[in-house]
Amino acid sequence: MTSENAAQLAIVAAPSRDDTAVAVRCAGAWIVRGIAELDRHLETQSWPANRSVVIDGSALTALDTSGAWLLHRTMRDLEKRGCAVRIEGLRPEFGSLLQLIASREVAIEVPAVAAPNRLARLGDRAWAGALGTLDYLAFVGETSLALMRSVADPRRFRWRVILHNMQGAGVNALPITGFLSFLMGFVIAYQGADQLQRFGANIFVVDLVGLAMLRELSPLLTAIIVAGRSGSAYTAQIGTMKVTEEIDALRTIGVGAQEQLVVPKVLALVFVLPLLTVYTDITGVFGGMIMARVKLDITFEVFLDRLDDAIALSSYWTGLAKAPVFAMIIALVGCYRGFHVTGSAESVGEQTTLSVVQSIFLVIATDALFSIVFIWLDL
Amino acid sequence: MGTAKPGSARDAVIEVRDLNTRFGTAIIHENVDLSVYPGEIFALVGGSGTGKSTLLREVILLQPPVSGSIRVFGQEVVGLSDEEALPLRRRWGVMFERGALFSSLTVAENVGMVLREHTRLGDRLIREIAAVKIALTGLPADAGPKYPSELSGGMRKRASLARALALDPELLFLDEPTAGLDPLSATGIDELVRSLRDGLGLTIMMVTHDLDLLWRAADRVAVLGKNHIVGAGTMTELSRSDDPLIRQYFYGPRGRAAREQAWKQE
Repeated sequence: MTSENAAQLAIVAAPSRDDTAVAVRCAGAWIVRGIAELDRHLETQSWPANRSVVIDGSALTALDTSGAWLLHRTMRDLEKRGCAVRIEGLRPEFGSLLQLIASREVAIEVPAVAAPNRLARLGDRAWAGALGTLDYLAFVGETSLALMRSVADPRRFRWRVILHNMQGAGVNALPITGFLSFLMGFVIAYQGADQLQRFGANIFVVDLVGLAMLRELSPLLTAIIVAGRSGSAYTAQIGTMKVTEEIDALRTIGVGAQEQLVVPKVLALVFVLPLLTVYTDITGVFGGMIMARVKLDITFEVFLDRLDDAIALSSYWTGLAKAPVFAMIIALVGCYRGFHVTGSAESVGEQTTLSVVQSIFLVIATDALFSIVFIWLDL
Repeated sequence: MGTAKPGSARDAVIEVRDLNTRFGTAIIHENVDLSVYPGEIFALVGGSGTGKSTLLREVILLQPPVSGSIRVFGQEVVGLSDEEALPLRRRWGVMFERGALFSSLTVAENVGMVLREHTRLGDRLIREIAAVKIALTGLPADAGPKYPSELSGGMRKRASLARALALDPELLFLDEPTAGLDPLSATGIDELVRSLRDGLGLTIMMVTHDLDLLWRAADRVAVLGKNHIVGAGTMTELSRSDDPLIRQYFYGPRGRAAREQAWKQE
């Protein structure tokens, strides 16, 4: 601020004799938008010690709480240096504002919390990790109990909620999962075609597409898309309900949150994910068929004929068997993360991210585990 | 700071003329007029669904009316773009009904954020000013580093008020300042509102249901009902009104109790 009305503070007279007062003059508008410069100036201002200081406030044109705080702080700092400070010529309303600020002064310095050392941090993280695992196990246990109670008394199943979830996670996911797996089959056939043509082994494109899609890609791809679509939605929904205390409301009404929110989601997903996988098996293989026909001149008839011979039924079943497990992972992780939301909007975002990352990680890790088991079992 | 009289020569801080609001086919306001004068505590009351909060939102530019004029500090605000409204918005502070504190920031950061956004003050001074504002609203010093989710409802309102006061506004809007508070905290808010007006010379416009708050803090009250302002004046004037809507409002059992309480105190 360079206008004449800028907030100023200047030492107008600093007599060398100790018995005369140092005269300080405040001028201009000491308001929040004008005191930035003044604050910087005050930081560098050198003050006398152990003198009496008279502040002339008659040229102050405006004062707000921020300005009053700055004036108060300056006076307090002077007093700390052993000065006797007096203020003169202040307008009465400014005087009372200064008094108000002085009376409300609080300890401002927040004690800094010492950052824990490396070992302590490592310990904290390990402990948190262990507790988290236990917590997750407890959650799975509670959900299983809620599920068993529902099985014992089928009236407890929330059919409408289950159907609604099936619609959301299954039916509405048909276009995107179908399209992506179609593209996947298409691309695999395309990449394979080049290599196979070189050996004159065109027909083996059927084995390639069939095995890759049915055994691995189609269940995995579908699970990943569903984790991104529905797992995140579960976390965000439950998390927001937690913030708005709807979860607590459910508890008070005597409806278990698990029963109302988690069990229907798990059941719906365990039901629809295998169905979606069958569907993406078909669209994926269909993508491969189109490419095989365009690039390798294999007609649909020949392709399907070969598919029958090339792919053992066990390949189809091993792919499909993974789907319900993936579904459980996605639904449980999504809900679990939702319950871990704390009061803030940011926390909803954090937990949703965690939910998607963790469920995709677990899905892929489980898939690897399945591969090992299937090899042992010679499937 | 004296009580402003309606119709005084001073220019109104807020002047609403011929305001019309509709949601679809539902008429909310029909030719509403009202004025708020400098230094007064003005309260807008009315039953649920009479459009009190809507009127407030229109004045603070969160919602456009269908037609009419709203002047704040002498400037027409209807149809103002966000950019044009910025200088005005810096001159007023708003406390929302449920606090609307940023949940990912601490109370002190909530207040400091406004200062950081609109001034070039140094970090230390921002922290100090934030602490002063928090203290002004009567919160304990240890509330500053807390997150909104760790505060009680009453403390959250005070924290929201501290944020509204961050830039030393001339005009303060309070939406239901006592809603959801226990009587003790609500009484605290009554006193706080008055002390802020007296200490900082603010003009305050509030929307409220709270009859005690009206008797204790409001200089002038306007009653909204049936799409119109059905009456305006001091509480004593309104309590003598013959309008059935006003009588219904002030002479219900709760209204009577609040009035007796107010008289006893006087």
